[in-house]
Formats: sequence, structure tokens, C-alpha cells
Amino acid sequence: MRLSTIVYSLKQGLKNIYRNKMFSLASIATMSACIFLFGLFFAIVMNFQSMIKDIEAGVAVTVFFKDNVTEEQILDVKGKIEKRDEVSNVIYVSADEAWEIFSKDYLKDAGELAEGFEQDNPLAKAANLEVYMNDVSKQKTLVSYITSLDEVQKVNQSEITANTLSDFNMLIGYVSVTIIFILLAVAVFLISNTVTIGIAVRKEEIAIMKLIGATDFFVRAPFVVEGLLIGLIGSAIPLGIIYYLYSKLVEYVQTQFMTLARLFVFLPAEEVFHSLLPVGLILGVGIGFLGSFFTIRKHLRV
Amino acid sequence: MIELKNVSKSYSTGSPAVKNVSLHIDKGEFVFVVGNSGSGKSTLIKLLLKELEPTEGRIIVGNKVLGDLKRRQIPRYRRNIGTVFQDFRLLKDRNVYENIAFAQRVIETPTRRIRKQVPAMLSLVGLAEKYKSYPKQLSGGEQQRVALARALVNGPAILLCDEPTGNLDPKNSWDIMQLLSEINERRGTTILVVTHNREIVDAMQKRVVTMNKGVIISDEQKGGYNNYEA
Repeated sequence: MRLSTIVYSLKQGLKNIYRNKMFSLASIATMSACIFLFGLFFAIVMNFQSMIKDIEAGVAVTVFFKDNVTEEQILDVKGKIEKRDEVSNVIYVSADEAWEIFSKDYLKDAGELAEGFEQDNPLAKAANLEVYMNDVSKQKTLVSYITSLDEVQKVNQSEITANTLSDFNMLIGYVSVTIIFILLAVAVFLISNTVTIGIAVRKEEIAIMKLIGATDFFVRAPFVVEGLLIGLIGSAIPLGIIYYLYSKLVEYVQTQFMTLARLFVFLPAEEVFHSLLPVGLILGVGIGFLGSFFTIRKHLRV
Repeated sequence: MIELKNVSKSYSTGSPAVKNVSLHIDKGEFVFVVGNSGSGKSTLIKLLLKELEPTEGRIIVGNKVLGDLKRRQIPRYRRNIGTVFQDFRLLKDRNVYENIAFAQRVIETPTRRIRKQVPAMLSLVGLAEKYKSYPKQLSGGEQQRVALARALVNGPAILLCDEPTGNLDPKNSWDIMQLLSEINERRGTTILVVTHNREIVDAMQKRVVTMNKGVIISDEQKGGYNNYEA
């Protein structure tokens, strides 16, 4: 393929878009709407995922031990639990530390009351392990494993939180995949429509080209360029808008609603766009390419 | 150069368009194919361009058996054949220069060569000054010359003309025919002209193949239209 052919295809592709102004604009607009919704969804899901991760990191399984278990044995169990894949972190809380935390939390206004217990720790048997997980969905397996250990007396867990979180995560995944598929189908249909009209308008020209001895590639290239350009423009515009809106929103929430900001930590725009930008552009250009490519294959059987 | 052996073409509806036609045309010949509408002349052109496949028989053009050509080989085959039609088939949104250059772009001729060859073709057909005009600004005769220039710019060995003077007045018809004859003599291009312009065929004294209802009814060297009546 010569450079002049590439230049020719680019020029013709642009010309096609210009010539069918209305349809090109309609395609770009719909494409933009699709990518905009996709981007919005993407940003929301990403933030949700990160929030769930934060919450997950806070969910812990607490392991209590039988009376005759020594500190060495507890540390031994700690080592065993730490080796498991779904576990991110295990913290050993000794009886003294447990008492300290308890008295700080509940007896801070009554210092003398705590002093009374100085020599006789009421929580002497409360040495425990706090187990933090990186995958909440595996909590059940972990708990049954820990319960099966001889030294363990009791396992405290927040099963409801764990199940709800992983269920919610799955739901978001399914919904986003469904919506994205619908949007993609709409966009492909629209591009295909635009290219079909372009082909109808240029039927005579295509016939002449074939007569002169143009290869299929040469006839098709301008239409593919048209689809690619519509995809590119149709994804660049909404991505730009989302970037602007998102950074404004994050800024606004962080300055205006301090409490809300502490509750939900928004990801910075840069982090969201680090993955959204390539995904959005590839999606747009990919839709443009596929939409036009398969349409001309269907219509250009000259 | 062109060889048809017992070629028949029938469409799914109606009677066959071409029936058992055998025809041999040598390199450098100038041949008229005449006949009423519906005599199978246009089908003949389409068969030679491999726009249609014969139902029966073999067609050989140059050294290529058309039936053996694969779909992707057709573009390269057609580049060796120039075509001129009654309705000119120019690109209306491009000027004369671009229309001719287009034929070269399609086959990926280097731009440098395009810049040299297009003006040369334009002066050959006598339109050197009108290179910037658009098709609708030209007369029918001028448009047909542009079409001719486009057909010839890639230096094809064969030129197929389907009623090239069908839309032209007598004066322009004569000019075009004169031009075709010149090209045939000077460049040695094999030319096949489908027409029903009686005066021209009679006057040019070339080989005339007469078709009627899909059958060749006469084939004469230096013939005329006169013996044809059906």
C-alpha cells in the first residue's frame, strides 16, 4: 500500500463525513452519548470498587483461644493463618493490649476505675488474633478452617457484612456488563447505518472504481476511515466532558461536604482516567471499525 | 487478443441474451459490434469485463481464461481494459483533471507519474485547457473525451466502448470516432465498439460483427451496416 493511497483514504473518509453531515453528526452524537454513559458508569463502578475494597480491608475475623493455650501456640496459629491466600494481614492482640484498648475506649473518663484493675487484668483470657482479608467472599472457608484448629475456642465474624459486600460487588458487575453491551449494540447499529447511507450515496462512484480496476481494499478503505473517525471523535468528546465534570465534582465534594468526603473517598480523576481513557478510546474506535467494516462487507459485493 | 468459444449467457428470466457466440479478435484490430437493442451487445461487454459469468463456453482475453480468474484477481485484470460508456460515467464532484487522475490513483500510480500523464492524455483528446472544469460544465462530446482519456491513461491493451456516441450529436460522434481510430492506429490498442450508429459504421469501413437476438449473424472485414436487417 502506498502512502498516497493512505492519504487518499483519509481525505475521502473526511469527505464522506462532511458530505453526509446530518448522519455523521447523528452518529457522533449517539456515539458520544453511549461513551458518555459508559464513562459515567465506569467512573461510578471504579469508585464503588475502591470503596468496597476500603470496607473489605476493615472487615476482620477475630479469633479467641482456649484457656490453656500459650502465647507461643497463638503465634504459631498466627503464622498458619498468615500463609493463606485470602488473608492480607493478621494482628496479635495480647491480653494486656486488649485491656488497654478496652479501658481506653470505655473507661477513659474514669481513670481511677481502670487503675483498680492494674494488677488483675479482667481480660486475661482475651488474647486474640485479628485477621484481615483481601477477598471477603472467601470468609466462610477461612472461618471453618480456623474453627477446626485445636487451640481455637471461638471465632467472631461479621458474616452479613461480608456476604452483602460480595453480593453487591457481583450485582454491580452484572449490571454494568449488561448496560455496556446494550450501548455497544446501539452504537454499532448507528455507525452501520451511516456507512450504509454513505455507500448508497456513492454507489455510482463505487461502480466506476470497480470498473477501472480498484481493489476491494481501495474501495472499502474510505468507509473504514469514516467509521474510525466517527468512533474517535465520538469517544474523545464525552471523555473530555467526563474528565472536566468528574474533577469538578471531586473538588466540590471535598471542599463543600467535608463529612461526605470522609465517608466516601473519591478516586482522583487522574486515577480513573488512567484506565478509562484507553478503554473509552479503544471502545469508540473499535465500534467505529467493526460497524463500518462489516457493513461494507455486506454491501460492497460488487 | 480476444477469443470467445461457444459462449452462451442466459438470465434466470427470459430468453438467453447470448447464444453460442464464437468470436476471434486479433491484437490491434478495430471492430464494430452492431445490432438492435436486446441483441446481446451489452451482455457481450459485461462478459468481457467479467461483470457477468457465461452460462456456457470459454472467454480468453490476452492470455487469461476468464473463467479461471478468482474474485480478487478481477481488479488487476480490468486494469488492462479501458471502458467508455454511453452515459460517460464521470465523477460529478471532481473536475476533469481529477477524474482522469482518479483512474491512476485507483491503481496506485505514483503522484509524479500522474502529474505527467494526465496532461498528456488531456492534450491527446484536445481538452488541455479545460482541465479545471467540472463534468456539468462540459458538453456531451467533451465529457465523452474525458471518459476516453480516463479509459486510456493507464495504457490498456484493449478498449471497450459501449455506445460511445449514443448521447452525442453527429459532429461530436464523428470526432470521437476519429479519435478512436487514431488511437487504434497510433497506439495499437485493440478496440471494440458496440454501436447502432449506421452512418459511422458504414463510413469507417472497419470489421463489423452483426448480432441479432444473441446470435452473430454476420462478420465482415470492411463491412457496413447495410446488410443487417432483422
